[in-house]
Amino acid sequence: MRIECPICGERDRREFYYQGAAVMLARPGDAATEAEWQSYLHLRENPAGRTDELWQHEAGCRAWVVVTRDTTTHVIATVRLATDVAQTREATG
Amino acid sequence: MRFSGLRVLREGLTGNKGWTPHWRDPEPKAEYDAIIIGGGGHGLSTAYYLAKNHGMTNIAVLEKGYLGGGNVGRNTTIVRANYGLEGNSQFYSHSLKLWEGLEQDLNYNAMMSQRGVLMLCHSDGQRDAFARRGNMMAAQGDDAELLNVDQVRHLLPYLDFDNTRFPIYGGLLHRRGGTARHDAVAWGYARGADQRGVDLIQQCEVTGIDIEQGVVMGVQTTRGPIRARKVGMVVAGRSSQVAAMAGMRLPVESHVLQAFVTEGIKPVIDHVISFGMGHFYISQSDKGGLVFGGDLDFYASYAARGNIPMMEHVMEAGMTLMPMIGKAKVLRSWGGIMDMTPDGSPIIDKTQTEGLFLNCGWCYGGFKAVPASGDAFAHLIATGEPHEAAAAYRLDRFRSGYGLMDEEATGSQHNLH
Repeated sequence: MRIECPICGERDRREFYYQGAAVMLARPGDAATEAEWQSYLHLRENPAGRTDELWQHEAGCRAWVVVTRDTTTHVIATVRLATDVAQTREATG
Repeated sequence: MRFSGLRVLREGLTGNKGWTPHWRDPEPKAEYDAIIIGGGGHGLSTAYYLAKNHGMTNIAVLEKGYLGGGNVGRNTTIVRANYGLEGNSQFYSHSLKLWEGLEQDLNYNAMMSQRGVLMLCHSDGQRDAFARRGNMMAAQGDDAELLNVDQVRHLLPYLDFDNTRFPIYGGLLHRRGGTARHDAVAWGYARGADQRGVDLIQQCEVTGIDIEQGVVMGVQTTRGPIRARKVGMVVAGRSSQVAAMAGMRLPVESHVLQAFVTEGIKPVIDHVISFGMGHFYISQSDKGGLVFGGDLDFYASYAARGNIPMMEHVMEAGMTLMPMIGKAKVLRSWGGIMDMTPDGSPIIDKTQTEGLFLNCGWCYGGFKAVPASGDAFAHLIATGEPHEAAAAYRLDRFRSGYGLMDEEATGSQHNLH
């Protein structure tokens, strides 16, 4: 599996650290309920198919990226910088 | 049909014409007392113990593919009870006791081989930890022997003892551990359940779970609706998809775990050897193949096949531990879909839906759990109360933070186990 880092270009999977589902970008606020924390920390859609994931280009530029990938084929559709994804999400509410 | 030495002899002399199918292929009925979703090792053992221990014989196992076609046929066949965490250790101890009586109980040759599991240690600290774990295992009635390096050398002279990075200091030997023929375990439970009247329905995929006012009423399948007031979900890597039919999101992320087997060679490895520092373990099958595996690929996957980096890592670890295997040719590799929980331990519990039960999260340790998981899940489904050996496997431990089962002490978070 090779991942196209938006900064460094296509690199081997070994250079990347896998964090998990990209829901980790949507951290609950101070007023969040216990159920919201449970959902954020533990509960997962875990789809068999296309999913957004958080990876870090640990052995490269160290950027956090959102990889959109199919979990049944390992085919990667897009790789975006996590900061861009988070800003877009904030802008659109 | 009952298996015996005499029967084998008679069939051998009469052209093997008397053997009959091990189970029926029934049409699904409109209603059962209970439905088990998933015809793998855990689902079949659940059905068997429901019938045997609780007298529930009007039940069905629904399998979308064929019996034993999932992880019970995609593992490294290791059986052991050398866990160290309260809650886990009792469970696996119970499971090993069931393994020891399994073949007689099922009248089925599961090729249970208590060849011993040896975990190697490579530092003083690790040896201390093994001494503690061994004492804990012994204290609850299981077996454990702490071996020094000379004792390990006597057993396994072919290891690289003076490895620069991981010199071998000794090991913890668990003699009652070993291996079993994985497919035969599924087949034995299937046959035992079928003989007690359980309907094993293959090519029957569950497409929906019927719930009315918080109570389960039955399931929708590719072979029509089936009613039941008790439904057990035990589908391993597909747990999230099936639970979603009941409106649930689970604390599960599915990952791929690879394993490998070489061409058959003459007997050389007598035990199951676990090299924790390289995350490598190996045994030799009765056919002669070296069966070995390592860690997860560490990204979510349903592909049932892994990638090159983990293959290389496993091969390197094997060569580090026992350079003698370098000329054995790898025949096949495969991947199983592991339902990983945040703390690395399983879930056997009720759900918020009355009559709907959940058995999942076996991570990479499901095979050795097959007997006790079925026993405990059957107990829960039949009585509504958790089995004493599996009482720690609660679904709500992640929400509350109470009773987390973090065997590896790495934290309770996805991607750490």
